Amino acid sequence: MLSRAIRRSIASPLRRNAFAPAARPAFRAVTTDAASSHADREAVPKEDDKPFEIRLSDESFETYELDPPPYTLDTTKAELKKIYYDMVAVRRMEMAADRLYKEKKIRGFCHLSTGQEAVAVGIEHAIDRQDHLITAYRCHGFALMRGGTVKSIIGELLGKREGIAYGKGGSMHMFSPGFYGGNGIVGAQVPVGAGIAFANMYEGKNNVTLALYGDGASNQGQVFEAFNMAKLWNIPIIFGCENNKYGMGTAANRSSALPDYYKRGQYIPGLKINGMDVLAVMAAVKYGKEWCAAGKGPLVYEYVTYRYGGHSMSDPGTTYRTREEIQRMRSTNDPIAGLKQKLLDWGVTSEEELKSIDKEARAQVDAEVAEAEKMAPPEPTGKVLFEDIYVRGSEPDFLRGRIPEENFYYNQTDMGTGPKPVART
Amino acid sequence: MNTRTTATRTLSRYLLRPQISVLPQSQHQSRAKRYSSAVAGARLNGSVEYDTTPILHHTSRSTLSNPELPQDVRKGRTKRINLYTAVNEALRHALQTDERVLVFGEDIQFGGVFRCTMNLAADFGTERVFNTPLSEQGLVGFAIGAASEGMRPVAEIQFADYVFPAFDQLVNEAAKYRYRSGSTGYNCGGLVIRMPMGVVGHGALYHSQSPEALFTHIPGLRVIIPRSPVQAKGLLLSAIRSNDPVLFMEPKVLYRAAVEQVPVDAYHLPLDKAEILKTGKDITIISYGTPLYTCSAAIAAAEKDFGCSVELIDLRTIYPWDRETILESVNKTGRAIVVHESMTNAGVGAEVAATIQEKVFLRLEAPVKRVAGWATHTGLVYEKLIVPDVTRVYDAIKQTIDY
Ligand SMILES: Cc1ncc(C[n+]2csc(CCOP(=O)(O)OP(=O)(O)O)c2C)c(N)n1
Ligand SMILES: [Mg+2]
Repeated sequence: MLSRAIRRSIASPLRRNAFAPAARPAFRAVTTDAASSHADREAVPKEDDKPFEIRLSDESFETYELDPPPYTLDTTKAELKKIYYDMVAVRRMEMAADRLYKEKKIRGFCHLSTGQEAVAVGIEHAIDRQDHLITAYRCHGFALMRGGTVKSIIGELLGKREGIAYGKGGSMHMFSPGFYGGNGIVGAQVPVGAGIAFANMYEGKNNVTLALYGDGASNQGQVFEAFNMAKLWNIPIIFGCENNKYGMGTAANRSSALPDYYKRGQYIPGLKINGMDVLAVMAAVKYGKEWCAAGKGPLVYEYVTYRYGGHSMSDPGTTYRTREEIQRMRSTNDPIAGLKQKLLDWGVTSEEELKSIDKEARAQVDAEVAEAEKMAPPEPTGKVLFEDIYVRGSEPDFLRGRIPEENFYYNQTDMGTGPKPVART
Repeated sequence: MNTRTTATRTLSRYLLRPQISVLPQSQHQSRAKRYSSAVAGARLNGSVEYDTTPILHHTSRSTLSNPELPQDVRKGRTKRINLYTAVNEALRHALQTDERVLVFGEDIQFGGVFRCTMNLAADFGTERVFNTPLSEQGLVGFAIGAASEGMRPVAEIQFADYVFPAFDQLVNEAAKYRYRSGSTGYNCGGLVIRMPMGVVGHGALYHSQSPEALFTHIPGLRVIIPRSPVQAKGLLLSAIRSNDPVLFMEPKVLYRAAVEQVPVDAYHLPLDKAEILKTGKDITIISYGTPLYTCSAAIAAAEKDFGCSVELIDLRTIYPWDRETILESVNKTGRAIVVHESMTNAGVGAEVAATIQEKVFLRLEAPVKRVAGWATHTGLVYEKLIVPDVTRVYDAIKQTIDY
């Protein structure tokens, strides 16, 4: 027994917070201004595919033991319009998921990335198909950007056989070429990412791997274990914390002793990035890719971003943060609206052309969503339940059902050859 | 933290909402029939009738007739509450009566995903009831350390599916602490790790697992699974008082669904006794947690259809388990079936069945049957298919009797 006198909390319940954190300013030097970069109207060429230079705001980055990336980015009108298209498409797809969920056609857990589009899209426009990416469960946008189709992603959410993971994983578990999921166990993907990057280095492939995780996930021990291995073995990987300020209902500064996630690699150089500005994300990742290609080892990035919706579909997301905060981010820091503004300011495109891009992206997404809704549900066969547990042809004689009569005998079933695994590039 | 989140609250509400169909497309009725899920007009596999099931105490009288309750409690009052409230009451009582009790875990300060810790932080202070960062290995290790200093930490793992990062701490630290510490007598007996487990309708790969068998393999740990609010309250209080580390696994589908009359006062239920829920002569069914409701429905139908008499036993403490009660029963009935939601492979059923054949072999009229989860992973839309249903248990009864 403790010798101290009985605690007050036992005698009379008390209301107090022992660990109330000190107030911190909401934003430091890196802003989440989505429309902060500049291009001179005169410098923007007429041709869609002729490169020109964009200047990023000096509030795009903060560094840790690292020289900042160049504050300029070479791009073309065509690329900017594609980036815009992609962000609109990702958002449209998330909206479709939202609707289908509310119609009870999607069941289970569903985490949307609305508000965070600039991260998935910015990264994809900075890397190549041979590069690799792995993230947590907020993964629909990444799956799409890495080459998954809207149809297969929505099909997955609907539990359809033609879903990207045969409808077995749902929202959290999507793979596509060069994309290693979609992982439900928070933090587990980070060391896996280090292994993927190592294998690529070992095989002499000059590519980069990105391993993403949330601000909440950043406190898992395995994240730090992965940092250590990556630095020790000089692995070409960009660790990336998508800091959307909350892990479920817990604010970043209530879960993390050091909420400067870009400094958490300690012995690994870090970069904090305005994750609402797709161009800043793109510039940062291009720089990181070059850094890794030059054999300089790992980096730790922090993409400062924001999720508009709740943690998952069942969380309204309005109790642990103010409506004003959400509203402010939506109305003044939106990555899509920000880019749109710039494209108009710089004369990259016209109001009409943007409208037609919007329309095209929506039509394309909507059409694929409709196709996904029409897909057949999975066949109710044992094969569907028991495939892909072991290598085809090497399975044990049987695996058990609930009762012996339900046992599944591999040698009495045509397992087929199945589609080739796609997640290899 | 004064803002209380509904993130977690609504998540739990959502999870526990009764689910209608496994298949996302109900228009494919003809196909759906080939599934073993509740089909309209199904005679056996309807949905569980929580309002009438004999597994729950629907009246105060029935609750208070329980001889395991202390006399003064049996003279007291009861209140109709669900399982998460029962857990909350147990935690509240423990916090109130023992200053060494601490409650912590991911997002628990706001009540937790399933509301089990509602208002505890507000009432007892965040010194004693607090959120941890998202790090299971860390928080379990932390709990073990605190327990070794005499605290009684009740740590929550948000879902049993997330206990694995802490597996090492539980197996190599918690379970072996007393054994390792020799003459110093150090131990982490005050430790309780709570976690929601089991399927819930559409939990898919990482919100539906029942990993109890992985822990029943480990001497030094106690593994408890309550079936109802009354059980949850009494067993959790015993777990907190126990001087061994306890894993307390709560079937999440029962949090809201299971409602019964629960004594208002605190009480402790034994951690080493199985409980006979219904006596019978011809066959013994051994189960625990959610499948007990399935078994009960199957027994009602089987007794009516085959005129047999079935004994139903709740194992309650899955490890170490009460061999005596089970062996005595099978010695009487000569037939046994073990039912659990987690898969058959090296599961609890294997251990129970092996023990039965070792000890009462000559008395057996039929092989011991196991009805358990399919040995595969839980794909998004397949949950209902994978866990034991009434038909399977009914069928097992018939086969065992006809053997
Ligand atoms: C090992 C593990 N523990 C707990 C959970 C439950 N969980 C799922 S998401 C989440 C919050 C994660 O927050 P963050 O990393 O910030 O990602 P975000 O949701 O903001 O994208 C928690 C606690 C889990 N999936 N895995
Ligand atoms: Mg977060």
